[in-house]
Amino acid sequence: MAEIVSLAEAVGRAIHDGDAVAMEGFTHLIPFAAGHEIIRQRRRGLTLIRMTPDVIYDQLIGAGCARKLIFSWGGNPGVGSLHRFRDAVENAWPAPLELEEHSHAGMANRYVAGASGLPFAVLRGYNGTGLAEVTPTIAPVTCPFTGEILTAVSALRPDVAVIHAQRADRAGNVQLWGITGVQKEAVLSSERAVVTVEQIVDVLDPRPGAVVLPAWTVTYVAQVPGGAHPSYALGYSARDNDYYAAWDAISRDRDAFTSWLAVLMKNAL
Amino acid sequence: MSDMYSSDEIMTVSAARALRDGLTCFVGIGLPSAAANLARATHAPGLVLIYESGTIGAKPGLLPLSIGDGILAETADAVVSVPEIFNYWLQPGRIDIGFLGAAQIDKFGNINTTVVGGDYGRPKVRLPGAGGAPEIAASCREVIVVVRQTRRSFVDRVDFVTSVGYGSGPGDRERLGLTGAGPRQIITDLGVLEPDPETLEFTLTGLYPGITVDTVRERTGWDLAVSASPQAIAPPTADELTALRDLHARSNTA
Repeated sequence: MAEIVSLAEAVGRAIHDGDAVAMEGFTHLIPFAAGHEIIRQRRRGLTLIRMTPDVIYDQLIGAGCARKLIFSWGGNPGVGSLHRFRDAVENAWPAPLELEEHSHAGMANRYVAGASGLPFAVLRGYNGTGLAEVTPTIAPVTCPFTGEILTAVSALRPDVAVIHAQRADRAGNVQLWGITGVQKEAVLSSERAVVTVEQIVDVLDPRPGAVVLPAWTVTYVAQVPGGAHPSYALGYSARDNDYYAAWDAISRDRDAFTSWLAVLMKNAL
Repeated sequence: MSDMYSSDEIMTVSAARALRDGLTCFVGIGLPSAAANLARATHAPGLVLIYESGTIGAKPGLLPLSIGDGILAETADAVVSVPEIFNYWLQPGRIDIGFLGAAQIDKFGNINTTVVGGDYGRPKVRLPGAGGAPEIAASCREVIVVVRQTRRSFVDRVDFVTSVGYGSGPGDRERLGLTGAGPRQIITDLGVLEPDPETLEFTLTGLYPGITVDTVRERTGWDLAVSASPQAIAPPTADELTALRDLHARSNTA
């Protein structure tokens, strides 16, 4: 059953050094505040899982939290490169970063397999690509009914999923809407789940197209208004495109990034 | 290049013209998104835009910065999960056109957005990676690539095959079980390339005003084949330019 706690408590209790952590949110509802709290609590050796490791993972990687990245697209959407990610891969700064690289379809299906309690998922994909050669969690599989050769991808089973949602009720039932990405699958494939929300309300009145995660699928809920910034929460905030654009210059330069990090470490929530 | 319009503008207009009204189009961000939205704003109001964030039938009045901007969800006919967009919508071949960009592309239309130089584990340049492109390239009925043409981007062999075009030539798509027909056009800032019907090698078939075959050859990293009489592509009309500039203006001030 979900416990409603502070963000610092949720991160402190749910996320440990060496954990595999999936922070999801497809452009919308990215759990930035939780990511910053992980940096502040100096977690190390994490395996970071995310379809689109954008600015949030650039920050975690630059801060030295990550040992490995499992992903399918690592860029600053509409802006360009993630320079901390590139510095880690190209120059091992601040530490080497092991990669496990997929396509979006592959990653999405890996979460589906994890959420379904299956060891792998099947898709038509990867044939002829270099990814099939460099990534061991991609393998051919033969359909037992038609003989067609398809592609298997191994299930993702993170230790912790971290997501941001619009609302929860006092029992810890969580509701999110708009672009809901792969968050449901990330939560259901993980051992534990931390959810930050814009608002805790008495009653979750229905919303069109909403995903509801029952309280018993969630470990901790923390109320963090604006917790997706510079990403956004539909109905609560707009995407701060200027932040993404400004991140490019900070990320590009190790000293600028180190200064940014020093400020983040000083500013507890 | 002309003082009437930029090379990016004629490329975007040319790409928009390739999209017929009523088609369904899986749209990558950047140049493809600008072209698809221009098509919707001009000759193809019924073009169905699908973004990998799960927004089907998005009708943004401006250019989104990312594939998951709020305006896409707010204007969509349906918003579905990411597993659903790939499994139910893209994979079975329901989508007519995949509209992709590229960092590197080769003469068989194979695309690299993963690594350049060095080896995979320690590359010279680490690019963002695959995103939705490998399955878009495999499963859409046809693919159109929009990319600026330089010797660095147009290479004889890509350093890494992120998304498959025609592999190493005729028969490869069938052998690999790729269900879509593959890349039909590469639209650049110089003109248009299309696969030779027999060799499947991308061949120059269209030129923008003022661009010569020699210029295109200089900016191609392989020995470029040229069709017998490359088509002279009409410059952007005043209406097309106005619509494109309006889209950009609304996007920059939004």
